[in-house]
Amino acid sequence: MFETLILMLDATMRVSAPLILAALAGLYAERSGIVDIGLEGKILGSAFAAAAGAAVYGSAWIGLGFGVLASVFLAMIHGFACITHRGDHIVSGVAINTIVAGLTVTLSMNWFSMGGQTPTLSGDARFLSVTLPFADALADVPVIGLIYSELLSGHNILVYLAFLMVPATYWAIYKTRFGLRLRAVGENPHAVDTAGISVAFVRYRALIICGILCGIAGAYLSTAHNAGFLKDMSAGKGYMALAALIFGKWRPVPVLFACLLFGFLDALAIRMQGVEIAGIGEVPVQAIEVLPYVLTVLLLAGFIGKAVGPKAIGRPYVKERA
Amino acid sequence: MKGVFVASLTALAISSTMVSAADPAVVYDQAGKFDKSFNEGVYNGVKKYTAESKIQVREFEPKNEAQVEQGLRRLATRGYSPIVSVGFNMTSAVEKVAKDFPDVKFTIIDGVIDLPNVQSVVFKEHEGSFVVGALAAMASKTDAVGFVGGMDIPLIRRFGCGYEQGAKYVSSSATVLQNMTGSTGAAFNDPTKGSELAKSQFSQGADVVFAAAGGTGIGVYQAAKDEGKFAIGVDSNQNHIQPGTMLTSMVKRVDQAAYNTYKDAEMGTWKSGIVVLGLAEGGVDWALDDNNASLVTAEMKAKVEDIRSKIISGDIKVHDYMSDSTCTY
Repeated sequence: MFETLILMLDATMRVSAPLILAALAGLYAERSGIVDIGLEGKILGSAFAAAAGAAVYGSAWIGLGFGVLASVFLAMIHGFACITHRGDHIVSGVAINTIVAGLTVTLSMNWFSMGGQTPTLSGDARFLSVTLPFADALADVPVIGLIYSELLSGHNILVYLAFLMVPATYWAIYKTRFGLRLRAVGENPHAVDTAGISVAFVRYRALIICGILCGIAGAYLSTAHNAGFLKDMSAGKGYMALAALIFGKWRPVPVLFACLLFGFLDALAIRMQGVEIAGIGEVPVQAIEVLPYVLTVLLLAGFIGKAVGPKAIGRPYVKERA
Repeated sequence: MKGVFVASLTALAISSTMVSAADPAVVYDQAGKFDKSFNEGVYNGVKKYTAESKIQVREFEPKNEAQVEQGLRRLATRGYSPIVSVGFNMTSAVEKVAKDFPDVKFTIIDGVIDLPNVQSVVFKEHEGSFVVGALAAMASKTDAVGFVGGMDIPLIRRFGCGYEQGAKYVSSSATVLQNMTGSTGAAFNDPTKGSELAKSQFSQGADVVFAAAGGTGIGVYQAAKDEGKFAIGVDSNQNHIQPGTMLTSMVKRVDQAAYNTYKDAEMGTWKSGIVVLGLAEGGVDWALDDNNASLVTAEMKAKVEDIRSKIISGDIKVHDYMSDSTCTY
């Protein structure tokens, strides 16, 4: 029982890593007042760029670089439309999602002629799992050994990075001058402007960070969790991350737990399949599959209370003229 | 030879005045023609036909379920015939369109439609799955094998049921873990979920996993490679995807089904009705090539061949899940 639980938590870490990265990316953007429904597109774009880069240059790190570049580029398009030209954030975000969904497949058909996939990656072109020191030596120690060797060790480096980003984000948002300005820009841009700080510049910087984080999430999907790009491989993770962001009320630590909950329900769904439960018998796949969504709705409706976003979110900033 | 050619040309000319020109077409399912599995098998048949006959086959890849019927209808309106449609999920769409275009020949793979202008090609997947299940149990050191299905439909359960019977035939104490990826067509193209399901089965003790899940299988094979376990491919010969990890593939000759449809239509011998292809007809089989030769010992090979011939001769009866929707045998 204990072992099963550990193995489920182990799967939870793998599944929730991209969610955490994407949700934190959304946190930076939304805290600065930019609605980012384009997380999905950025993840997908980065997944493709990372897989393509890794396939051509044979290095996962170069792939990661390409992924981040692609994602930041998309974030900058979003910024150019929403910040500089004061466009509608949702429209711009949806446009990015749609363009990327088509563009990735078209480009990969043209470059690799494999019907919208990239070549299968192996060896150095992938982020392989890292075994933490003493993991094998400690494996036989009861309780702690299992937790350390199964749960904590044996993930790839991007998983650890995703979890490290949570305290880092907490620190950046709440403990730094940039974080203070970022939050202020999302709540009351006029006040920030009065203080002599450029609202646009702060928002652009928030979007760059958002791009980098989505880039890592995308690279994780195609070069770490899987071995290559497949069309639509982001499979709604960007939207899930957005839900987790709202669920976590735009705060780093609650967002982490929201992502872990989604990941855990996914892992649970996989585990529960085909298992006989006393008194009920075998639970059908469909019932298990629907569980994460039902729980999300219940929790959102009943338990977490009102989720209030940043005040100035979605509104383009216009300087008042005398 | 020349006479035959001229004769067939005239025949073609006559038939083209009656119906429209013999323009073959194919509609793949949502996983796309390069899923390295089911659709790609059909694509290989299409390629072979085009290479031999120099006749281009019009291809259509729907992006969502709603496009299937539209695509079929458009192809039929433009006079394409025969139209091969790939996959169980298209059954109702093909049925509707086939009723509206009685002059167009349709072939559906994996589905059954009772109409005078539809040929339904179905396979005895349970027989092929039995064979690879037996091989899986022989290769397993933990006496536990896994099965990852795509969409939860009777057709996929038929794979799982045959596999289970094969594994239990070799080792009656074997544990067979079974998982389905999902309950929509998208379950055939979700490698991330596939890899998680496989890892979950490995952690429960399985060391050979059979994926009957189209594109989802790619994630399953990757997981098997990462953890040093064995995997079994499906539909196409997938042994080349992860050499050294792929124990074998349960080959379903969908390429032959597509090719035969085009060839028969060209020759005028195409017939409607149900075509059932099993081990005896060469419609399903297990794959042995350079990529997995080192994994299959001579002893295993002999045993598998023995089981194979026993199924063909009827000494082993493989229960078909779809005959009574249960897997009791």
